Amino acid sequence: MSAAWGAARPRRATVVVTWLVLIGALLYFLGPVYWVVVSATKSNQDLYTTSGLLPAANHIAENYATLLAWTQNQFWRWVGNSVFYSAAAGVIGTLVSVAVGYGLAKFKTPGGAAVQVAVLAGLLFPIALLTVPLYLLFIQLGLVNTPWAVIIPSCVSPFGVFLGRIYVEASVPDELLEAARLDGASELRIFFAVVLRLLAPAMVTIFLFIFVATWNNFLLPLMMLTTNELKPVTVGLYGMMSYFNPQYGAVLQGALLGVLPLIVLFLGLQRYWQAGLASGAVK
Amino acid sequence: MAARDRRARGGRGFGRRGFGRSHEARTGWMFLSPFVLLFALCFLAPIVVSVRAAFHRDLPTGGGLYGGGELVETFVGVENFAQVLATPALWAGLGRVVLFGIFQIPVMIGLALLLALLLDSEVVRRVTVFRLGFFLPFAIPGVIAALLWTYIYSPRLSPINQVLGAVGAPIDFFHPQMILVSMANMTTWTFAGYNMLIFLAALQAIPRELYEAARIDGASEARIVWAIKIPMVAPAALLAVLLSIIGTIQLFNEPTVLATVNPWMGNDFTPMVLAYNAMTGQAQPSGAGPASAVSIVMAVFAGVLAAGYALAQRRLAR
Repeated sequence: MSAAWGAARPRRATVVVTWLVLIGALLYFLGPVYWVVVSATKSNQDLYTTSGLLPAANHIAENYATLLAWTQNQFWRWVGNSVFYSAAAGVIGTLVSVAVGYGLAKFKTPGGAAVQVAVLAGLLFPIALLTVPLYLLFIQLGLVNTPWAVIIPSCVSPFGVFLGRIYVEASVPDELLEAARLDGASELRIFFAVVLRLLAPAMVTIFLFIFVATWNNFLLPLMMLTTNELKPVTVGLYGMMSYFNPQYGAVLQGALLGVLPLIVLFLGLQRYWQAGLASGAVK
Repeated sequence: MAARDRRARGGRGFGRRGFGRSHEARTGWMFLSPFVLLFALCFLAPIVVSVRAAFHRDLPTGGGLYGGGELVETFVGVENFAQVLATPALWAGLGRVVLFGIFQIPVMIGLALLLALLLDSEVVRRVTVFRLGFFLPFAIPGVIAALLWTYIYSPRLSPINQVLGAVGAPIDFFHPQMILVSMANMTTWTFAGYNMLIFLAALQAIPRELYEAARIDGASEARIVWAIKIPMVAPAALLAVLLSIIGTIQLFNEPTVLATVNPWMGNDFTPMVLAYNAMTGQAQPSGAGPASAVSIVMAVFAGVLAAGYALAQRRLAR
């Protein structure tokens, strides 16, 4: 890559300023995370009196015990709920997105253009505004306060469809489909055995976006779920935060443990993120 | 025109292999239908429900001074809209959201663009740490990010004020004049890295030969940034601005979390907070009708903004 610079070597001052800005930005983005990690180990007293940037006496166990006690031992259940809702929405939403992307890209269907317009409108619609009417609708359908109230709306991902269509156009050749048809494979079999196999990496990307969006959603579960046992971890921690004078270390430990699965997915599958964002940027 | 178009399109792909056009249509719909059904259930039906709810209200049948009798859904015309539009809290909330957006969106997009340009400049070779580090906050749910920053702001815990307080200039992050800035920082922290990655992807899609050619022509690095890089990222940046505007209209998590430690913020700090609390009966006017009316007013506002933005963008491009 050094060839790209050609004759023009960056001046020393440019290099220094660039490094300073980048490191400053890195401190801004990661500093709060570091502070949470350190603070989750402290007692309230140490949080008030010791430096925020240095560890003090270790209160991890006490804070953890408080976290479990205050959540009435529901904490891990909340995390489990988040995993379940996000994974279910991710799997269903990915299949649905890829199917419609395939249908739009490879078949001339009356009404296909209308579906395309609906997807674009959905991409730009302020989706939170649908929460109140969704709640009214789901009351009538008897879905309120069930996992479906969170999972079903989270499955509908216009961005997933957008990505699905781009990926189908890029990586499913017509010739392969024709060959499979000549071999007498049914359309469903072609989809599941040929198309989905070709789209596997793309599906990881779409799954990630839906999974994270579902995990991050706060308003929808807040509106839909009232039973403590059904809450995802975001709603559960919010409830804990509104306690009068909480044990901060315990809340912060909950925040940390509540995002751990996301961080793991995020770091482990980062190239898939990159792929999804890149296709969003170039199109 | 349309007929010719259809004939031309019918010529390739499916048709010539002996599958009828109706067979193709049926197969296509088989793949479209799951999404179409879900979309109808989660986008279209709620819109119908909210329009219906916005024109109705649960009123007691008794009709006496204190109501009495069962609550019955009654058609009330535009009464909900009139009441909602006459609610000062809606306009105050809308004003906050607009102020927030005017300030926060340019700062966030500018920061994202600056960082993307720096990472793309190849002055720094190993960019993976920076790329991942800047993007990491996006993996943290908005509510949790709001919770974390609320503690970082809070007078007793704040590591920032530990330092600033020592030099005698602590910041009151929860001051009514300051709270929008504090909130804007939360959103910027979460989404700047995400936008940075989008811009970086757009920058790295530019063929490097373009820079070579410009250098041979004697262009400076600054000129290359202005004349090549910025115009090439512009479409992605303009889309990011539009999506940020739409995100700002729905501002809910940050004010809700901040209100847990700042009771003065009330239950109607932004229109979305107002809609939620109207629905749950914690803000006035309460009930499904007014809550739906608030949602519709905001959707219309978002539509007008998006359309205005698209028009402005087209005019600028010309």
